Order: sequence, then C-alpha cells, then structure tokens
Amino acid sequence: MLNLLSIITFTPAIAAAILAIFLRGEDEAAQSNAKWVALVATLATFAASLILLVGFDPQDTGFQFVEEHEWIMGFTYKMGVDGISILFVMLTTFLMPITIGACWNVTHRVKEYMIAFLLLETLMIGVFTALDLVLFYLFFEAGLIPMFLIIGIWGGKDRIYAAFKFFLYTFLGSVLMLVAMIAMYVDAGTTDIPTLLQHQFSTEAFSLAGWQIIGGMQTLLWLAFFASFAVKMPMWPVHTWLPDAHVQAPTAGSVILAAVLLKMGGYGFLRFSLPMFPVASDIFAPLVLWLSAIAIVYTSLVALMQEDMKKLIAYSSVAHMGFVTMGIFAANQQGLDGAIFQMISHGFISGALFLAVGVIYDRMHTREIVAYGGLINRMPIYAAVFLLFTMANVGLPGTSGFVGEFLTFMGVFQVNTWVAFFAATGVILSAGYALWLFRRVVMGELIKESLKGIKDMDRREKLLIAPLVAMTLILGVYPALVTDIIGPSVSALVDGHTLALQAHEAASQLVQN
Amino acid sequence: MIGADLYTALPEIVLALFAMAALMVGVYGSKDKLAEPILWATAGMMVLLGLYAGSMGLEATTAFNGMYISDAFAHFSKMVILFAAAVVMVMGQSYMSAAGLLRFEYPILIALSVVGMMLMVSSGDLIAMYLGLELQSLALYVVATMNRDSLRSTEAGLKYFILGALASGLLLYGASLAYGYSGTTLFAGIISTISEDGMSLGLLMGLAFMLAGLAFKVSAVPFHMWTPDVYEGAPTPVTAFFATAPKVAAMALIARVVHEAFGAVPGDWMQIIAFLATASMFLGAIAAIGQRNIKRLMAYSSISHMGFAFVGLAAGTEQGVQAMLVYMAIYVTMNIGVFAFILTMSRDGKPVTDIDSLGQYSKAEPLRALALLILMFSLAGVPPLVGFFGKFYVLWAAVEAGMTWLAVAGVVASVIGAFYYLRIVYYMYFGEEIEPMDTVRAPVQATLLVVSAAIMVLGVINLFGIEGLAALAAEALVK
Repeated sequence: MLNLLSIITFTPAIAAAILAIFLRGEDEAAQSNAKWVALVATLATFAASLILLVGFDPQDTGFQFVEEHEWIMGFTYKMGVDGISILFVMLTTFLMPITIGACWNVTHRVKEYMIAFLLLETLMIGVFTALDLVLFYLFFEAGLIPMFLIIGIWGGKDRIYAAFKFFLYTFLGSVLMLVAMIAMYVDAGTTDIPTLLQHQFSTEAFSLAGWQIIGGMQTLLWLAFFASFAVKMPMWPVHTWLPDAHVQAPTAGSVILAAVLLKMGGYGFLRFSLPMFPVASDIFAPLVLWLSAIAIVYTSLVALMQEDMKKLIAYSSVAHMGFVTMGIFAANQQGLDGAIFQMISHGFISGALFLAVGVIYDRMHTREIVAYGGLINRMPIYAAVFLLFTMANVGLPGTSGFVGEFLTFMGVFQVNTWVAFFAATGVILSAGYALWLFRRVVMGELIKESLKGIKDMDRREKLLIAPLVAMTLILGVYPALVTDIIGPSVSALVDGHTLALQAHEAASQLVQN
Repeated sequence: MIGADLYTALPEIVLALFAMAALMVGVYGSKDKLAEPILWATAGMMVLLGLYAGSMGLEATTAFNGMYISDAFAHFSKMVILFAAAVVMVMGQSYMSAAGLLRFEYPILIALSVVGMMLMVSSGDLIAMYLGLELQSLALYVVATMNRDSLRSTEAGLKYFILGALASGLLLYGASLAYGYSGTTLFAGIISTISEDGMSLGLLMGLAFMLAGLAFKVSAVPFHMWTPDVYEGAPTPVTAFFATAPKVAAMALIARVVHEAFGAVPGDWMQIIAFLATASMFLGAIAAIGQRNIKRLMAYSSISHMGFAFVGLAAGTEQGVQAMLVYMAIYVTMNIGVFAFILTMSRDGKPVTDIDSLGQYSKAEPLRALALLILMFSLAGVPPLVGFFGKFYVLWAAVEAGMTWLAVAGVVASVIGAFYYLRIVYYMYFGEEIEPMDTVRAPVQATLLVVSAAIMVLGVINLFGIEGLAALAAEALVK
C-alpha cells in the first residue's frame, strides 16, 4: 500500500471531522456515539499500524513506506519511517485506544474531548513520520493546540495556569528551532530530512558578538534544537511545566502527555541533533550527560517529597527521561538502544501509572497521598497492578523498565563513568519514592472511613490496563522484540556519527598542520 | 498619449467617477435611504475592479510620464485592497444601520479612500504618492468620526486628523528634501541620481522623513500612538476598515518607495525598517497584554503584525517583498474574520467590546467560538494554520538576507504575543460563566467568520496559490 502512512496518520483526523460535522446534541446517546466513533477510529488506526509493522524490514536502514508530494515553497509532503521512528508510531497507535477508554466516564463536552484526542493522535503520528522539516514542525507545534485545550477545558482546579504555562513554555522552545530550521533551509536549499541527514553543516568557528563559537553554525543550530527538545523532554532545569501540566490534566491527558508527547523530544534528538550536527553534539555531550545525571538525582529527590500522586509520577517521568537523554548522548549502540527502549517502556509504564492514579481518583476525587492507605484490603487486583508498575518504574529485572535503564547505563559507562555513577544513585532514590508511594497508598490497615466502601477495578479498567501489563512483562523478558527492530537503524546512526567525528577530527588536524 | 494614459489608470478613474456619480445620486435622491443600495453597488464595483486588476496580471506599463505605474505589484496590492474594502463594507452594513450611522456618504467616502489607496500603490512619483496618500487619509478622517454624537468617535477622528496631518507634514518635508537633492520627483529619477552621484545627506534625510510619515500610516512604533484610541473610538466597521485595506496600501507604498526610489542603497533604509520592525513587534506584543477591550487589543495586535510585515521588507530582497505581500494578504484575511466576530458582540442590543464578555462563549455558540479559536491561533502564528506560513515567509526572508537576529527577535515577540491571543481562547472555553451575550443571527458576519477560519485551516494545502502571485508581484517591483 502506497499511502499507508497517510492513512494511519489521518484516520483519526477524519474521524474527528466526522464527529465535528455529523454529531449533534449533548445527550447520553450522542456522548456514547462520540466515544464509540473515537474508539473504533483509534482501533482501526492501530490495526493499520500493525500492517505497517509487519511490512517493515528492520534490516533496511533507510526510510520505508515513503510517500512524497509537492507542497508550497519547495517543501514536500514527505512521510516515511525507519527503525527509529516506527516504534514510536506503534506506541502512539497502541496507547490511543487505551486513552480513549480512559475517558469513558467523562460527561463534560464529550464530543469536543474526543475530537481533541483524535486530532492529537494525528499530530503525534505525523511528528514521527514526517520527512520534511517544515512538515515535522507543523505536526510538532500543532500538537500544542489540542493539548492546551485538553488541559484548559477538562483539567483540574488550577488548569488555566497549567495550560498557559504548558503552551508558552513549549512554544518558546520551539520557535527558536523554527529559526534554526529556516537557517538550515537557507544553507542546504532543501527541507527534505533524508537529504539534510547527508548534508554537512559548517563547523568552522566564527565569532559572534565577541564570543568565539566553536563548532560554528552546527553549534548554533544544535542549541536552537536543544531549546525545543529539552523543554519537550523535559530536561532539568526546564522541566517545571511538566508537573503543573500533569497534575491539572485529566487522566487521559496525563497518559498521553507522559506516554507519547514527552517522547517527541527524545525522537527529535535522535532524528536531528545527533545525526545532523554530529560535531556540535560531541561538543555538548558532556553538558547533556551531566544535566541528565542532575535531572535523575534531583527530580528523584523532589519526587520523594511530593504529596500529590500525579506530581510524584510527573517528577519520576523527568528522572526517567534523564536516562533517555543520557543514553542518546552517550552516542553508542547500547546507549541509543537503551534510550529508545526506555522511551517505549516508559510509555507503557508511566501511562499505566497515570491510569492507576486515575482509577482511584475517579472513586475518591483526590490525588493526595495522605487520603489513601490500606487499599490492598479492598482492592487486591488494583494493588497487584500497582505493585507491578511500581516495580517496573523502579527498574526491576523482568520488567521493561530494567532493560532500558541497564542499556543506557552500559552506554554511558563507556563514555563517562562518573555520570554513570551519579545516575545509578538515582535508581536507588527511585526505588525509594516508588516503594514509599506504594507503601503509603496501598499497604497497611484500611483505617480511613472514606475508603471503607471503595471498590476494586471494574471490567473496563482491567481491560484498559491489561495490555500495558502484558507489554511491560513481555518487553522485560524478551527485549529483542524492540532491539531487533531498532538495532540496524541505530547502528547505522552510530556509524554515521563516528565517521562524521573522525572526518572532522582529520580535517582539524589538517588545518593545524 | 493622453488616451493611453487614461486607459492605464482606468480602475482608479472608474471608481472615482463612480463615487462622484453616487454622490450626486445621494444628494439629489432620497439621501440616507439610498445608503444601503449605494453601499452594495460600491462593494460590487470594488469586486469588479479587483477582478479587473487581477486579470491584468503581469502587464507592466507606466502613464503620465512615469507618475503612474501599473505593474504586477500594483495589481496584486489593488486586488487585496479592493476585495478587503468590499468585504469589510458589506460586513459592517447591518451594524451601521442598527446604530443609525449608515449615511449615504459612508460608502462614498470609503470608495474615495480606496481610490487614494490604489493611487498610492501605483505611484511612481513623489507628487502622485502624496496625492494618493492624502486622498486616502482625508476620507478616513471623516469616516472615523462617522458617529458624530459620540464623544469617543469625534475624539478618535480629531486625534487621527491632527497626528495624521503631522505625519503628512513629515512626509511632505521628506519628499521636498528628496526632490531638492535629486532634482526630480520621479522615483526612477531619484534612483538614477543615487546610482550616479551616490547617496547625499539630504537624500538620506528625505528618506528618513518619508519613512517616518509612512510609518505613521501603518502605525509602526514609534508612530503608533493614535492606533488604540482610534480603533476604540471609531465605529467597529470603520475600525475593521482601518485594520485592513489602508494598512496594505501603506505597506505596499513603503515597499514601492524604498525599492523604486532608494533600491540602490538598501543598507540605508534596511536599518530604519529593521528598527521599526523590532520595536513594533515587541511593543505590539507587550502592550496588548494589559488590554481589556477587544478593539484596543486588535489595535496592538495590528501594530505587532505590521512589525512582522516589516521584517520581510527589512530583508531588502525580492523574497522579502514577496514575504511581505503574502503576510499582508493573510493578515487581512484573519482580521476580516476577527472583526466580523467583533461586529456580532452585543448584549441587550448594545455593542460590547470587553473581552470578559466572552466568558464561556463556546457554550452559547460552539461554531463561532471554534472559528474564533482558529483565528486566534492563526494570529499567534501556530502551525498548521495559515498565520504560521505568513510568519514563516518573513522569517525566511530575514534569515536569507543574513538578518538572523531579526528573525530571532520576531519569534520571541510572537511567543509574547501568543499570550493575549490565548487569553481570548481562555475566556471562550475555560472562563467564568457570565451573563451571556445576545445570540444575534448575523448571517453575513457569521459566514465571514467561519469562511476566514476555514481559509486558515485549508490554506495549509497550498495557500490558495497566493504565494505564486506574490512572487510575480515582488519580481515586478525588485529589479
């Protein structure tokens, strides 16, 4: 199928358009219709993406399923996937039906809610499949609009502050990337990503306002992209929008934010920063590694002190994203494999954790940790699920969380032992906050009056969380499922990176002689 | 050949004659009862002339010894001006009737000011430029005070007149300097003097004064002070008009002057324009944050947008002019949509303009709220809406011309500006529930609102081909 990627990308958008145009009314029937349309559309998208996965050849390190059409200003509408992006597409399409299921109990403006999520899915898939700079930027930025509305309309008490902060923070990061993209377009004369991957951006040092810029144009471009992706990731110290956004977002919004939207930053590093600006990446690698180590330790410590469950998980997300940036900028096979694996696995685990918080929030309407305790007495299944994901979050062997952390450690250890050492202390801290959370919420005697009548997970909730349990365990036991697909593309990326650095080294040697 | 000259300037002549004929009909006919038919006839006339201007395509001729230029650039600008003026007039009609302001002079004055604008974009000479500019301005001063009984409206008109007269004075002074130091009023003559004898100090002063006068007309910082007051005071349809056609005309005239008369020394004016651009973008973005009145807010928004259009011009290249034209066309489309919405804002039959009154508007009017949401995001320059492409074009032109710092300043300003556009969305969707506004039927306004929002979304496919037209227009101007 020639247009498979377009079909996958735009199926949700078409469903959203159908909802917007044909569905009238706010009664119960209309609401349930909206939910079913959204569910069917996301399931159909997932089915289509399975065809993509089956037809994908991991040994081919180039872009596959490529489609290309003329667009304005010499840009192209070009889509394609390679070993790095395909799993992100799969992650998105896999999680969307679960997300839709997670908002089954929403009664406020259901139609608009579904439309927002469906549009968001289109935009997220578009980010991972776009092979044109401007097209990528379009999808990347446009995702802010539905997420802004999701937080702002359906969010919690301080939703307005959180929505504005989310939007403006990420917008500021991204516009600098836009200027860099324009500069790349002017320099290379094209916005085609495969061509740009071959293009060598100048590394000749020059002085700017009295500063000597080592690495020249690459450095400036790298910094501009970094501004965008670091905010999106989010990396310490520009992570502060995330806890606010997570706490205020509705459950489904948190799930998608943690599971997919954060991965856009990591994907951006893999697609742009590392392969397109290898010299600048090399210059800044120590900085990123140290920032990651700080992120892991610092946000883990902050997580320890949280009283709000969602905030705790949000901080733990920042810490886990620290492993991702650390792995990426270790720039070797293990590091990159680990980073991608960690992103996929974090998609399942954090999604599941937010779902789990949603389950008790729906019952008690509070996220305060102190409001709970002893849930195991009345909610055994919930306790088991929560335990599994707590362990996965800690990185217990046998769960997917372990593989990602282990691989990134292996990668970083070869590059910078000290960073690996500090980051490893973060693992202990993460065990600390995760287990303490579990202890305070689930274990102990059930003494609170308000909890006496709480019910265990119902069928819908079990159904939603079951695929996530399965994926976490399967990937934990058999990680080759992921690494076989990403391996060849990653190794091509690493080879390209090494070659570019060697060439640069040789060139600067030549200049010195 | 006077016949050929007249034929070249046919659109202006036809519209001027039409305005005079309409005036006669109005005066000797039944006065204000005729206002509505005259308005529709004027709008129809403008659309026809717009189509005619469009059909002239790439033809390039001059008339009246080079005082009047008819080229692709002029045709493109005229098309935008005429369509915008026609649409704005039609959409304001019901508001003007309801407020008892629909006098028969209104469409005629608008028509005359449009003649002035058309002359501005076609001028090839300092005198022609000044004639066009004054015809446009004088008509607009009167239109601003259309609501004679309102203190605000008369204040707006007076303020506009006094400051406008000052700006005209500056412009005229600059023009006389330019004439004095080059010995000719023709743009073509000035540029050949510069290429032969170089740029003299007198010419530089002339250029600076002229740019100052013109910057007033596009309300660029630091000549913007009149804008919020006039926008607020004038009746909303008039404000809508101020925000659209005259801005295009003045911007096109600036492009014409700097490229046709001073194209040989781009370095001299690029700095001035880059300064105007930066100052306008930032002041427009920051000052709008505190505004509670949507018309004042749109005034600052237009200041900021003019800054962005200047970013394109500051590049001093063909791409820059193309970017500016695309930007202006998109800007006009967005503003028509937003003002169509503002025209429908009323409570208890009276127009309201505070943004608080938008509270939970999305519940009362989901479709209109959605359209306004799209327009707001488009004004903020968020992709995939067309407003983003306007910004992309000007930034691209700036980076291409080596002015990356200007592009960076532009994007930072756009983030600041995004805040107040988001706030309108916030009131409509997340705001407090308040006493709702009237549900007015307003089919014309609602249609325009929705159509302009739809353009913002669908334009992502190919920008409706405007890019190619603007490229041809820019090519005609920058040789």
